[in-house]
Amino acid sequence: MKSTFTIFALLTFALLSYGLYQGLVAAPTEATMKDVQRIFYYHVPSAWTAFLCFFANFVASIWYLAGRNPKADAIALSTAEVGVVFCTIVLVTGPIWAKPIWGIWWTWDARLTSTLVLWLIYVSYLLLRRYSTAGQNPVLASVLAIFGAVDVVFVYMAIRWFRTQHPQPVVGGGQGSGLDPRMMNALLINWAGFLALALLVIWLRYRLERLRQQVEEAHAMKAIAGAARGTR
Amino acid sequence: MSAFLPVLCVTLAKDMRLEWRSKDAINSMLFFALLVVVIFSFSFDLTAEESRRIAGGLVWVALLFAAVVALNQTWARELRNQVLDAYRVSPAPAESLFLAKAFGNFLFVIILEALMTPLFVVFYDLRTVGPPYQLAIASVLGTWALVVNGTFFAAMSIRTRSREVMLPLLLFPISIPALLAMVAATTAILTGENSPYLSLVFLAVYDIVFTIVGFFLFETVLHAE
Repeated sequence: MKSTFTIFALLTFALLSYGLYQGLVAAPTEATMKDVQRIFYYHVPSAWTAFLCFFANFVASIWYLAGRNPKADAIALSTAEVGVVFCTIVLVTGPIWAKPIWGIWWTWDARLTSTLVLWLIYVSYLLLRRYSTAGQNPVLASVLAIFGAVDVVFVYMAIRWFRTQHPQPVVGGGQGSGLDPRMMNALLINWAGFLALALLVIWLRYRLERLRQQVEEAHAMKAIAGAARGTR
Repeated sequence: MSAFLPVLCVTLAKDMRLEWRSKDAINSMLFFALLVVVIFSFSFDLTAEESRRIAGGLVWVALLFAAVVALNQTWARELRNQVLDAYRVSPAPAESLFLAKAFGNFLFVIILEALMTPLFVVFYDLRTVGPPYQLAIASVLGTWALVVNGTFFAAMSIRTRSREVMLPLLLFPISIPALLAMVAATTAILTGENSPYLSLVFLAVYDIVFTIVGFFLFETVLHAE
């Protein structure tokens, strides 16, 4: 277990370093945006990683509600926390790129706003976990995760339909067509690196949470045993 | 399941009677909403044309804040004398309790809206350009969207350490799409510039989906230990 973790950590480090080289050096400079565009290799992989984390959180929450398995809850918690971190990276790198390119830090377009609302929902999820008492915490959190997942669909549609007075910004160097293969390469390698990093942190956080659960359980058992002795 | 309707009616009647005698929720909501309206009207010195354009947003933000006041009292009332615990051990269906509370809050907020409308007309010099009956549809759909989620999240936040503070933190992010649709619909009706049809359909779908989700998950939340 420990050696697997070390190997995985080293692999993550290697992938991220190679991704850094690919993104900053190997990928060609974009024609109109110049070097500013290179933030794309961090922005987009973070976004994909964050969305995957939130999706994993949703699946783990359903799994928890179905079987009340504490492992599922530990996964839900760790993916939500890591997802919020990556989502924060997206929301910070976005404006850094937008200011020199669009001339503004922020615009209320569909993708930006839905990411922001997604972030808000998961921050409220983490707050709920912090403020609820230990026993009912996982149940309430799982229920909120399901509400959040349902809401994401509505958020996306609502912003597309009711916020259309704002022009859809042309995302230069966007995905799909027109992307240089070397750019695509840098993007995918960075994504692999970010995903590996996310998995690594989730793994650590999961182990920590499991330990916390076991300690809590041991305390509870001890208290019950003590109470049993006391009544005798 | 046969106890579903009787329990719903009895709970709703009990809440209405309590409210009729104490007027706790309505009074605090009404005064709170009045304060919000006055503060908004002080903060933005508006012409009639401008106010028509932004009134949709103002109305719903004022109502959202005011509704939280009533929603917080929904379950806090049941904590006294351990009524909620009694409910938990009783065989009464949890879903009917949820729907009764949601209907109760819905009535409170609708009454609040009826009382607030003249205030808005006076303070913001409002007059609808679109057909006014659509405003009624928008307010019913929008209110239900706020209240059904609000009742659910109030039941969740009552179980946390910081009770009253937690409700808006949970409710507001989830309500953002509904709020966008309410504002879009209301603004469309007030200015008469475009059709509110799409936002009304959106609100209806939002209402149906979240009523179903809340309905089926409420028992889990009520019995969370």
